[in-house]
Amino acid sequence: MLRDITLGQYYPADSKIHALDPRTKLFGTLLFIISVFSFEGVIGFVAITVFLFWVIHMSKVPLNFMLRGLKAIMILLIIAGMFNLFLTPGQPLVTIWKISITREGLRNAIMMTIRMVYLIMGSSVMTLTTTPNQLTDGLEKALHPLNKINVPVHEIAMMMSIALRFIPILIEETDKIMKAQMARGADFESGGLIKKAKNMVPLLVPLFVSAFRRANDLALAMEARCYVGGDGRTKMMPLVYTQIDRVGYAVVIGYFILLMVIKAVL
Amino acid sequence: MAFILDKVSYRYSEGTAYEMTALDQVSLQIQDGEFIGVIGHTGSGKSTLIQHLNGLLKATEGAIYFNGQDIYDKDYDLRDLRTQVGMVFQYPEHQLFEETVFKDVCFGPKNQGLPEKDVTLRAYEALRSVGLPDKYFDVSPFELSGGQKRRAAIAGVLAMKPSVLILDEPTAGLDPRGRDEILDLIAEMHVHYGNTVILVSHSMEDVAKYVDRIIVMDHGHVMFDDVPREVFHHYRELEEIGLAAPQVTYLMHEMQERGLDVNCDATTVDEARDAILQWIGNQR
Repeated sequence: MLRDITLGQYYPADSKIHALDPRTKLFGTLLFIISVFSFEGVIGFVAITVFLFWVIHMSKVPLNFMLRGLKAIMILLIIAGMFNLFLTPGQPLVTIWKISITREGLRNAIMMTIRMVYLIMGSSVMTLTTTPNQLTDGLEKALHPLNKINVPVHEIAMMMSIALRFIPILIEETDKIMKAQMARGADFESGGLIKKAKNMVPLLVPLFVSAFRRANDLALAMEARCYVGGDGRTKMMPLVYTQIDRVGYAVVIGYFILLMVIKAVL
Repeated sequence: MAFILDKVSYRYSEGTAYEMTALDQVSLQIQDGEFIGVIGHTGSGKSTLIQHLNGLLKATEGAIYFNGQDIYDKDYDLRDLRTQVGMVFQYPEHQLFEETVFKDVCFGPKNQGLPEKDVTLRAYEALRSVGLPDKYFDVSPFELSGGQKRRAAIAGVLAMKPSVLILDEPTAGLDPRGRDEILDLIAEMHVHYGNTVILVSHSMEDVAKYVDRIIVMDHGHVMFDDVPREVFHHYRELEEIGLAAPQVTYLMHEMQERGLDVNCDATTVDEARDAILQWIGNQR
């Protein structure tokens, strides 16, 4: 059950998208998200859909992997959709009792749902094709200029990569402790909210203890290797743009301009 | 008969890029009161196998029967199964959570729904049987030493009085003395209560001394399933899968190869001594 979390789960494959520099992917995702929230009309929608599915196809990640990420926000989507559908004032289409569905409401609900779904799918393309380490490396390098105004970019990136690295470990640990307590007759499923929360104690206490133990071990290991962050530190695999990244930038920017043109013309 | 496993297969993360077969068509029978060692290299499927026995993992294919009942039956109460099949996980001390050692040991029997008095009695008994001195009963489990924590955690499972006790690498990370103490303890309990014990390990040396039967796992298959001396006859094949027979097995075979006609069946140092003495006796 804990294995269903896809956000931030890398899918190994040998594709053009995987080969891109993480900075290219970050920039591309950013532009894609902007385009998702600024498009209008059917032609814009078609352009975005074609682009998104083309990229997914290129990435060689199975489509159902992308869709799995949507499961988590399903309830949010439905609630937000309902609000838009029923609470937008305007020209009524259908009226049942005091509630009416308006033309504007229907439009808003559809647009909002498409935007949310594409937002999640678009960012899933990035997280599924980039390892967390690459991602933080890319962020660190992209945000490097902020160092000038005393933002500790390296330290933040380091913290992020450690946090990301620990997610699978903690999930595994949770799974293990859960099983150990279930073997002792613990029950994590039945009961009301308060009882459920109480039943979590045998899980959470050992989990916290182990998280602190691991943090302590890691700090010690880093210190033993004379770790100093920030200035003067070199990378084992420095990020360098290659031909494929130039093509990537060109494609993404071309796509963005095309979409802006469509928007301006219509 | 305690357990029957019928062609049990288990695959992790089925239908994804990470799919991996951990168990492949494993069929086994386990009798009441047996003392079994399950041995295999890391990733051989031994931990996966034992987690099926108390229903923590559900087989992708195949069936498991406990005391004649199908544990995957809709009406079957898995919680009841778990109270009868006690499981001590690897590094069990990581599951301690209560304020005091005593309270922690009470957790299992309390979940069984026993009355307060019985819970206390069982916890006391269990802590006594693992040899933890009384003065530690009311301290926080986090203040104990590594070996003491492990004893406390094992007591937490013993307090449920399971008819089958499964231990996954109970000696991992302990020093030789701690290892012998824990294994002796388990063997004593086995003799005393006559319960079924399944001991998972990657060390032949540990297991050879205690168990009546060894199941060797490799890549999700059962490779050998026999009494220790029969299994150790295959010491060359065991080496190929990264395991080793006890050192005395090598010694005896070496002696035989050099022309001393000793009995190669010895699996422990004591048996080896007897075999050599017997050979010397025959020479005279």
